[in-house]
Amino acid sequence: MADTLAPSSSPEMGGAHGEGAHGPDQGTKRDFLKLAAGSFAAVGVGAIVWPFIHSMNPAKDVLALASTDVNLAHITEGQAVTVMWRGKPVFVRHRTAQEIQEAETVPLGELRDPQPDSARVERKPWLVVLGVCTHLGCVPLGQRPTDARGDFGGWFCPCHGSHYDTSGRIRRGPAPTNLAVPEYSFTSDTQIRIG
Amino acid sequence: MMPVRKLPALKLKAAALAAALSLGLMAAPGAQAAEGNIEIPDTRYSFDGLFGTFDRGELQRGFQVYKEVCAACHSMRLLSYRNLRDIGLSAEQVAAVAASYQIQDGPNDDGEMFERPGRASDRFRRPFPNDAAARAANNGALPPDLSVIVKARVGGADYIHALLTGYEDPPPAGVTVMEGMYYNKYFPGHQIGMAPPINSDGQIQYADGTRATVDQMTRDVSAFLAWAAEPELETRRAMGVRIILFLIILGGLTYAVKRKIWARVGGDPVT
Amino acid sequence: MASGLHESSFTNPVVRWIDQRMPVFTMMQKEYGTFPTPRNFNYFWNFGALAMINLMIMIATGIFLAMNYTAHTSLAFESVERIMRDVNYGWLIRYVHMNGASMFFIVVIVHIWRNLYYGSYKAPRELLWMLGVTIFLLMMATAFMGYVLPWGQMSFWGATVITNLFSAIPLVGDAIVTLLWGGFSVDNPTLNRFFSLHYLLPFVIAGVVFLHIAALHITGSNNPLGIEPKGPQDTLPFHPYYTIKDSVGIIVYLIVFAFLVFFSPNYLGHPDNYIPANPLVTPAHIVPEWYFLPFYAILRAVPNKLGGVLMMFGAIAILFVLPWLDRSPVRSMRFRPIAKWFLMLWGVNFFVLMWAGGMPAEGVYVLIARLSTAYYFAYFLVILPLLAKIERPLPLPESIAKAVLRGGGPLPGAAVAKPMEKA
Repeated sequence: MADTLAPSSSPEMGGAHGEGAHGPDQGTKRDFLKLAAGSFAAVGVGAIVWPFIHSMNPAKDVLALASTDVNLAHITEGQAVTVMWRGKPVFVRHRTAQEIQEAETVPLGELRDPQPDSARVERKPWLVVLGVCTHLGCVPLGQRPTDARGDFGGWFCPCHGSHYDTSGRIRRGPAPTNLAVPEYSFTSDTQIRIG
Repeated sequence: MMPVRKLPALKLKAAALAAALSLGLMAAPGAQAAEGNIEIPDTRYSFDGLFGTFDRGELQRGFQVYKEVCAACHSMRLLSYRNLRDIGLSAEQVAAVAASYQIQDGPNDDGEMFERPGRASDRFRRPFPNDAAARAANNGALPPDLSVIVKARVGGADYIHALLTGYEDPPPAGVTVMEGMYYNKYFPGHQIGMAPPINSDGQIQYADGTRATVDQMTRDVSAFLAWAAEPELETRRAMGVRIILFLIILGGLTYAVKRKIWARVGGDPVT
Repeated sequence: MASGLHESSFTNPVVRWIDQRMPVFTMMQKEYGTFPTPRNFNYFWNFGALAMINLMIMIATGIFLAMNYTAHTSLAFESVERIMRDVNYGWLIRYVHMNGASMFFIVVIVHIWRNLYYGSYKAPRELLWMLGVTIFLLMMATAFMGYVLPWGQMSFWGATVITNLFSAIPLVGDAIVTLLWGGFSVDNPTLNRFFSLHYLLPFVIAGVVFLHIAALHITGSNNPLGIEPKGPQDTLPFHPYYTIKDSVGIIVYLIVFAFLVFFSPNYLGHPDNYIPANPLVTPAHIVPEWYFLPFYAILRAVPNKLGGVLMMFGAIAILFVLPWLDRSPVRSMRFRPIAKWFLMLWGVNFFVLMWAGGMPAEGVYVLIARLSTAYYFAYFLVILPLLAKIERPLPLPESIAKAVLRGGGPLPGAAVAKPMEKA
């Protein structure tokens, strides 16, 4: 530990000790040894740091977290539910025909993060997105019928005023990208499994 | 000149090391000597010794024994089905094993608990909902959880194997065994509430066709429990070998640098 | 100096800029660079540095363990096993922490032994020694509370037994125990406060270590001869001579440490601690961790509750007054032909106590524990004071250089060393 301080803190000492007292070749040999020992020690210290850092990454049980099943039978047209998946809210919305049409007819050129609606849904009536604003992580409003849904009929993030449309795409405000679509699949006509 | 000067230093280092080690060596037998004096026979396992590893086939057979015999009473609540990947099951096999159990989940939208097929991320299903239920079903005795049982018993896997094969019926002359208890040579106090769980050859049909003798089954399940208690064992030993080799090289280099530096002042002093 | 800037001798502009405003580099240079250190240390003098490294390892692993540990009676055991199974490298961090405690005690016990053998506790290093004993006490408290955290059977019953020691105090004993527990038995409040204190105390230890080193750098180190350096010919600059010598020791220590962690991580532990705590069932044999065994033996050697507790704490307390019990002017046992053997016997006796502490408290073990306890105290209270009066020490060498450099005088190598001693 103190040894590694040496080069920066006391360059004059190293000089006074080694080469001054002995022949140049002895100095070279020691320098080589020192270099080898020093690099080995550096590798060792580096290797020690990694387990500590990696221990802060998600643990195996967290990565294996159960997927969430959502029963769609109860969700009537125009309604939405919020379910928890990996500690985050997931919005599941049963879209109306008008909402689907709005989502599909927007010219892609108008979008900040161009993505056709078809790339964001498995089946047209069901929109499943992560309920996390891509700006700074707030949960946007728009799930309850009484909520403000913003200017595009989707969601509105009250933190910094981002507006999302009926496909969960960003239309106005500071958020850079569309609401993320989690990995999910239909296990039956009335049930999806997220994750 | 150099080698002569080095000697006292080495001797002292050795002395210091010996002191440190003897401290450790003395202590552990002291701490464990009190645990009764029953000699536990040594069972040879593939994971014995400093460099042993698990035998995947044995672990899978052991899991089968646990699943078909022990799991009726003993939980392994620290294990998840996904952990079975470690003993060589494929993701599909793990999913199939998990799905063969009904796991309680909920509450659902109606506020009720429900059962669903297990998933890889689920913990092993417990045979009883709680300890009281387990006692009630087992004559008042609580079947211990087996997750870390090998770490929790003196003798480890050897002890488990000995216990499973240590039943004597009838008990030795002069020993009266209480109602509902069984005589076991290796159980502390010799009276155990668990009936001999593995008692006849061919009690189960091994999936891999191995002949299911009592010795085979008890060994396999002990090995499985050893893995369950220390799933990190193989990684740990492999990493240990690398780290110690690394340290030995680094130590040699450091010692060489040390000698070189001390040579300037005439080497190690006479100490 | 008008500007108020420190006069720095460093040339690197960044280092110099900092050093002029806050002379940490000058301080490091003075205390760990050029610091004049007796030239005749043997490898026993590594153990201070080893203890330092060990403390750092414990704090680092402890902080990362705390990120995944849950201090609740119903979750603690499981959270520890989750660290072992699911957290990335969790098993490594936990086993290092667990065995680190044992390594720490091994290192510190050797460090203390070196003090006893070479008389390092004697004037002018009495305060240095007392700070060291304080660190030892704090370590025991920290280790004890740490052992409770996994909430296994030994955790629970160890906590119960040790906290019950305080009930021996007349009049207020029970009130104190209730206070320690935060309830009427060892339970969740106890676990929570132990976790809190277990996290706090290592930093207190680090603080006392700082004082310990500050005191050391006033008096300077003792050495195997026990005589003070008389001039530059008796010392070497700390760097590079002792930084490199300590590095050698550190690597040997790490090899031993690694062997424990990777190949027998549970060797020094007790299997019962892998059984979740059960307040209704006491394990058949409660044994503390090995480093408490000698003191546990002393506790059990006394057939009276209060007496046993007093003797146990007395075994540590007596170390505080050791500098005043041993009045012999000679430090190093090398020159004390009689005391040396009594100390050796004391060392053996310490191991006997350790062994007796792990045995059941019955029959011949009690007798052995009593004899050993008697000798433990007699050495400090009777033998050392008496020897100071009657022992004739061997003649001390004139100087360190005279004694340790071959041929009784400076060698060419040493002559080379001289000029830089002033550096």
